[in-house]
Amino acid sequence: MGKVFAIVVTIITIVSTAIFVSHHWWMPPDVSLLGAGIDHQLSETMVTSGILFVVAQLVLAFFVWRFADNNDQRKIKIFPGGATPMVVGAIILVGAEILALTLVGSKIWASIYVASADPNSLKIDVQAEQFAYYFRYAGPDGKFGALHPELIDESSGNFFGLDPANDTAARDDIVAATLAVPVNTPILLELHAKDVSHAFYAPELRLQQDFVPGLVIPIHFTATRLIKSEIVCTQLCGLGHYNMRAYLEVMSADDFKKWLNEQSGQ
Amino acid sequence: MNSPDSSHTARPAGIWRKVFSLDHKVIGRQYLDLSLVAVTTGMILSWLMRLHLAWPTRYIPFLGAISREATGGIITPEYYLSLMTMHGTIMVFFVLTTAPFAGFGNFILPIQIGAEDMAFPRFNMMSFWVTFVAFIVLVAAFFVPEGPPLSGWTAYAPLSAVGKDAGPGQGWGQTLWVISIGIFCIGQLLGSLNFIATTLDLRTKGMTLARMPFSTWAWFITAVIGLIAFSVLLPACVLLLLDRVAGTSFFIPAGLVISDRLQPHAGGSPLLWQHLFWFFGHPEVYIAILPGFGIVSHVLPAVTRKPLLGPRVFIVCMAAIAFLSYTVWGHHMFMSGMNPFSATVFSVPTLIITIPAAITTLLWIGTLYGAKMRFNTAALFCLGFISVFVSGGISGFFLAQPAIDSYLHGTYFVVGHFHFVMGVASMFGIFVGVYFWFPKMFGRMMNETLGKWHFILTFIGVYCIFMPMHWLGLAGNVRRYSAFTVDYMKGSIPLHRFITVAALFTGAAQLIFFYNLFRSRFRGEIAPANPWQATSLEWTTSSPPPHDNFGGHHPVVYHGPNEYGVAGKDGDYIMQNSPEPEPVAAAS
Amino acid sequence: MTSLSVESPASPAQTGVWVGIAAITMSFAAYSSALIVRQGANPDWVHFTLPPILFVNTLVVVASSATLYLARARSGAKVDQSASGGALDAPHLTWLYVTILLGFLFLAGQIMAWRNLAGQGLTLASSPSSSFFYLLTAMHGLHLLGGLAGLLYVVYRVRRSSAERAASAYKAASLYWHFMTVLWLYLFAMLATRI
Repeated sequence: MGKVFAIVVTIITIVSTAIFVSHHWWMPPDVSLLGAGIDHQLSETMVTSGILFVVAQLVLAFFVWRFADNNDQRKIKIFPGGATPMVVGAIILVGAEILALTLVGSKIWASIYVASADPNSLKIDVQAEQFAYYFRYAGPDGKFGALHPELIDESSGNFFGLDPANDTAARDDIVAATLAVPVNTPILLELHAKDVSHAFYAPELRLQQDFVPGLVIPIHFTATRLIKSEIVCTQLCGLGHYNMRAYLEVMSADDFKKWLNEQSGQ
Repeated sequence: MNSPDSSHTARPAGIWRKVFSLDHKVIGRQYLDLSLVAVTTGMILSWLMRLHLAWPTRYIPFLGAISREATGGIITPEYYLSLMTMHGTIMVFFVLTTAPFAGFGNFILPIQIGAEDMAFPRFNMMSFWVTFVAFIVLVAAFFVPEGPPLSGWTAYAPLSAVGKDAGPGQGWGQTLWVISIGIFCIGQLLGSLNFIATTLDLRTKGMTLARMPFSTWAWFITAVIGLIAFSVLLPACVLLLLDRVAGTSFFIPAGLVISDRLQPHAGGSPLLWQHLFWFFGHPEVYIAILPGFGIVSHVLPAVTRKPLLGPRVFIVCMAAIAFLSYTVWGHHMFMSGMNPFSATVFSVPTLIITIPAAITTLLWIGTLYGAKMRFNTAALFCLGFISVFVSGGISGFFLAQPAIDSYLHGTYFVVGHFHFVMGVASMFGIFVGVYFWFPKMFGRMMNETLGKWHFILTFIGVYCIFMPMHWLGLAGNVRRYSAFTVDYMKGSIPLHRFITVAALFTGAAQLIFFYNLFRSRFRGEIAPANPWQATSLEWTTSSPPPHDNFGGHHPVVYHGPNEYGVAGKDGDYIMQNSPEPEPVAAAS
Repeated sequence: MTSLSVESPASPAQTGVWVGIAAITMSFAAYSSALIVRQGANPDWVHFTLPPILFVNTLVVVASSATLYLARARSGAKVDQSASGGALDAPHLTWLYVTILLGFLFLAGQIMAWRNLAGQGLTLASSPSSSFFYLLTAMHGLHLLGGLAGLLYVVYRVRRSSAERAASAYKAASLYWHFMTVLWLYLFAMLATRI
């Protein structure tokens, strides 16, 4: 039975590794300025973990195969060096790996999530609700109108609770259900939630952030290629969680202007 | 001088005494029986979930009859989420926290330290019945008008806090959930109390801390972790309950518009819930796995016929993991909106905790070197445990890094990771415990052929279920989705179907285990006192043990539990209570 | 039945109370951090004056610790003192009864504090500061009630046999009671400085 186990473990190891290596199921191509750092970090981790995974499983399988009790007079042997090589090996190898990954990874993380947005970013206000996203652009005046939750009215399309009658800044705000952005332009999204927690997940942008009710959370990115992809919710928000989706459309600067004009006409 | 309550020395009689027994062995079995019911329920829930994911519109017979929420036998999106919430809650609390710790620990620990019972038998009995009540309250959530809660086992506010405006399941269902978990905390605290006092104060002569079996160490450390962790979860539940029923605003900020209603609460912090919950939640997963560590380290020497490599290092590693487990909770919150710099801070201990975990894994693998392995079912599940713990642990390495977690958070990669370490490794630890201690507990051997089939089918099955989830996660497949209707996830459905088939197949394999359990109780071969030729004190007494564990005498201990592979005597081991001295040059 | 354990001279009752103290401390640490976070999360914190009776209640509970100390000191129930028979039992029991009375007095005083606040319109849900006031005092009161049950149990054991035979339970219950006093002093300081 030990031999069966050893064989099964070996097969599982080889097949799993092959599938990982094949990238058959993998991240979509990255279209963000800073995403390459994440991809690199993931690949590095994949390689080191992959080696550890393969070595550990195959050594396990080998020891199981080799050290069965065959009812002979063989004496047991203690691993050379006892526990010391295990302790030293783990601390040095795993420790070194941790150090390397942390030093590099924390820089990448900081560049995306800690660093402030470019001051010239195009600001877009994002509201998540059960079960849709709405995106607000400031319009020609460059100013966002104030939000009044008590004025929110889905049926009339006042998703954000704007008060255009009394608030001049709100009059030219453009609200859309799609996140359209010009390519190669720094974008600053300000996330707020209307009801419960949600999240913004755009795999192609390598970007994710929870919406927390009561907070306004900024995230920023620059898209480098024209693309139409999806933004989905990754924070459980109720029965429509699986269906909560908006499209991201990265367009040329001209197309973006046209799109904005079309939206404001509505 | 240190005696547990003397009321247990007389043989109990009558139904009341049997049901509300103060005997730790009965209480341990009661916990295991409760876990058995819980795991069966949890598994059925997972089958329903997997069926829905693979075939969302397929009619499921009988479902409409037992559940008002699934009219026409079709699982609605909200019902899927309720099934998921209850699956997670039942499995984490009533299986993984209960069976390895309260179940086996209660039965075995006092015997392993040479005591007659736990330090506080009445509290022990209460801890079980409190846990039982918690389970009933939780199951009641299935039957309330608005259905069971759907906010996940993590119950994030404000979804879990605002009440029924938030949608189906968030009325009485969620309230019962909060009450159930609060009651569960009390049961756990009573249990931890007993384990700690018993381990510190009731050890028999010669049983120094250094000579305690690894499983006892693991239960002791787990009890300490649980004491602190559940002491924080209980207040969190109190605060959540108050938000739900008393109009307070601990977790609910102002200005929320839910179901077109402006909510009356103001000023609370959803992140506060997450901090409190995960401060409990991360140590909780170590509560789920450390008993398995201890059980594997306890069994491995018996089935390899050699001492565990690095026994003191192993114990120090368990303690290090326990300590570090309190410093890492923020790694569940990298994407939560907390200060992003703190993500870097949390990722450091999260990665560091890999080191003691790696050391213990290497110690197990190193123990196999030069061994004379006996491949009984308990041994096989030990080996399986090592394999799946490696797999699950390595996927954690990805999630520990915020930069990578920013892509993988909320995807099936996470689901694959925690199922490997909890749903599989921890479960395998339970299986090791069952196959190893069944003879001691019931006086009969389990059937080895059935056991081996159970093992190999389960081992292959769990890899087929949970390894593909990592690939789904890498492709951006999001978790907690009741269906994959968005464009980029549609293509994942074939792989989901594969997983579903694997899950049903693996579930079916568990029938072999249930059958073996049941059959062996009545038709198993009569078990000797020490069928595994193991060294610890539970094997010095009869199978099953007498009421006071040792038949009136108190064992005296001369050795640690690791005396295996001893050269030059009959048998290759020295029992802990054997007065013979250890050979000067032990097997080298 | 006794076990021969020479490995652990502590009594389980003592260990048990220390473990319980650890758990309760942790839970109040959780409530404290919730208070601190909540106070900082939003500018809607409304300060109010603590009802003056709280100061009286504090004195009452400190006094109860003193009377309990006296009760146990005079009972001959200390583990390391030899038994001197029942002659000392009568006066020490009186101090124990006084302790229990003071305990109930404390709880009554807390309820009066609540009524004082409710009269001012400060209820559990009216503002976060009052939420925490009710929460912390209620939780402490609940645990103190448990301590009273422990002391009543000690009375029962002492009367049934003697203080020496109940020594272990006496010591454990006292430890717990003193912890309730210390916990109240901490909470009082918290409330006084933050509410």
